[in-house]
Amino acid sequence: METLAPIAYLVASVCFIMALRGLSHPQSAQQGLMYGIFGMGLAVLTTVLLPNVVAYGWIIAGVIIGGTIGTIIAMKIQMTALPQLVAAFHSLVGLAAVFVAAAAFTNPEAYHIGVAGNIKIASLIEMSLGVAIGAITFTGSIIAWGKLQGVITGKPLTFKGQHLLNAGLGILLVVLIFMLCTTQQPILFLFVILLALALGVLLILPIGGADMPVIVSMLNSYSGWAAAGIGFTLHNNLLIVTGALVGASGAILSYIMCKGMNRSFMNVILGGFGGEQAAGGAAASMGDRSAKIGSAEDAAYILKNAASVVIVPGYGMAVAQAQHALREAADVLKKEGVKVRYAIHPVAGRMPGHMNVLLAEANVPYDEVLELEDINRDFAMTDVVYVIGANDITNPSAKNDPTSPIYGMPVLDVEKAKTVLFVKRSMGSGYAGIDNPLFFADNTMMLLGDAKKMTEDIVKSLEH
Amino acid sequence: MSNDTNLTENAADLATQARMLSDKAAEVAMQATQSVAHVGGDDFLVTGLTVFVLACFVGYYVVWRVTPALHSPLMAITNAISSVIIVGALIAAGPAGLTFSKFLGFLAVILASVNIFGGFIVTRRMLSMFKKKA
Repeated sequence: METLAPIAYLVASVCFIMALRGLSHPQSAQQGLMYGIFGMGLAVLTTVLLPNVVAYGWIIAGVIIGGTIGTIIAMKIQMTALPQLVAAFHSLVGLAAVFVAAAAFTNPEAYHIGVAGNIKIASLIEMSLGVAIGAITFTGSIIAWGKLQGVITGKPLTFKGQHLLNAGLGILLVVLIFMLCTTQQPILFLFVILLALALGVLLILPIGGADMPVIVSMLNSYSGWAAAGIGFTLHNNLLIVTGALVGASGAILSYIMCKGMNRSFMNVILGGFGGEQAAGGAAASMGDRSAKIGSAEDAAYILKNAASVVIVPGYGMAVAQAQHALREAADVLKKEGVKVRYAIHPVAGRMPGHMNVLLAEANVPYDEVLELEDINRDFAMTDVVYVIGANDITNPSAKNDPTSPIYGMPVLDVEKAKTVLFVKRSMGSGYAGIDNPLFFADNTMMLLGDAKKMTEDIVKSLEH
Repeated sequence: MSNDTNLTENAADLATQARMLSDKAAEVAMQATQSVAHVGGDDFLVTGLTVFVLACFVGYYVVWRVTPALHSPLMAITNAISSVIIVGALIAAGPAGLTFSKFLGFLAVILASVNIFGGFIVTRRMLSMFKKKA
């Protein structure tokens, strides 16, 4: 088994690459998933058959306990709560990395990396990096989960000297790791863990709720780097390959999200975006302009007489659970001969691709759902745009107001359509706390009310 | 008589020398294996880094090809496969007897299992919803 194991691990690595490869198209995705499951099964089986792994009782108990919990959570979770779920799962990977590194530190013989108190320097460095990244991932993901779940305020929590403190703690972490590698003191290992745990909290707290898609992607990336770090400690190529794949994936998603908001990664990480200052400005400028406010009947009339409709969903749609009502409205319109499509902004929702999943859940075919760059040119030839639960991603000031905090962000050019129907709970500003001049445009009709109720009322009027 | 004594003494001397030689040989052999093991350890760092850098490139190209519509399933499945860290957890939890490191390994097995099962199942749930126009 000792000689076969590396081969089996190699096969598992290839399976994981194939799993990601499958996601290039919805049709091949299911097959990709099968590769992933097979690869994981192979990896676990190979490890269990290693000669020094004999405590089967413990292992089976652990897998059953964890597997049951994971299965129940995954079956019950609502698709709107997906970002929180992913954040919570990331925290578990982080904590598992901490545990594995700690196990290797207290019992290095099992991993052939030396004896307790005299671990090879290279292994110790890899181990410290793995444990530090794991610990940051753990607490950082818990904070991200809290912000997405609404347990912790979505407002950025900032204080004076915050960046200086974080930088100082970061340097201290490096110093501690250096001391640990030279002295091998177990207490220093504990300090590294504790400091990294604290750093995870401090790094994510100042980041506002609107930036969570980037943060969830970043933590996804971190969980990969932590796995790779542990892979170096264990001299295991499978962990290194998988860690690199996951790390690259998270990094690319973070990059796409940042580009979708026209922000640099550093700007997001430093936090403080979408705080009080922007919200204050929005309230002040609200008074001197008036918006056109319509009813569900008005909206139904306009929609029925359109030749083409583009629906722009945002996170508000998911919160109101309006996606099913929305699809019903689309079905009625399609029967009337109206061309209905959906436009998705890269940062709509709270995680990459969130809107696509929510629409798919409501049985919207994926070929009617288009990305920003594929549909933005079509708005000028569109009769009606139905904006539901979205705000900032349609804000024209991103294009023409250099003083706007979101200036330069790519937005959907909805104002170019003949009519914009904007469903919104109240006239307040959006999630990022920024005023939207679209509300007061001549071709905009505001539909004030709950997104689901409004859409259902429109369906009723359409059917009459 | 004296000849005999001489011979015995010589034999004893020779035996001691032989023992010393064998000790010396063992010592050299030990040093040799240690240095080989040492070189082996350093070698892994280089091998590991090679694998790591190449895998980053593979990841880069594969992930850019993922359609944006499936970015959520991508996050869920990467989450599940990053739990391959269970390999380390199993090695820690594997030995017989009860030690602190085994307990840590056991906890890590539980955590990683939550992720593996949860991640794959939620990915499956998502993917099964994506349908083409009827």
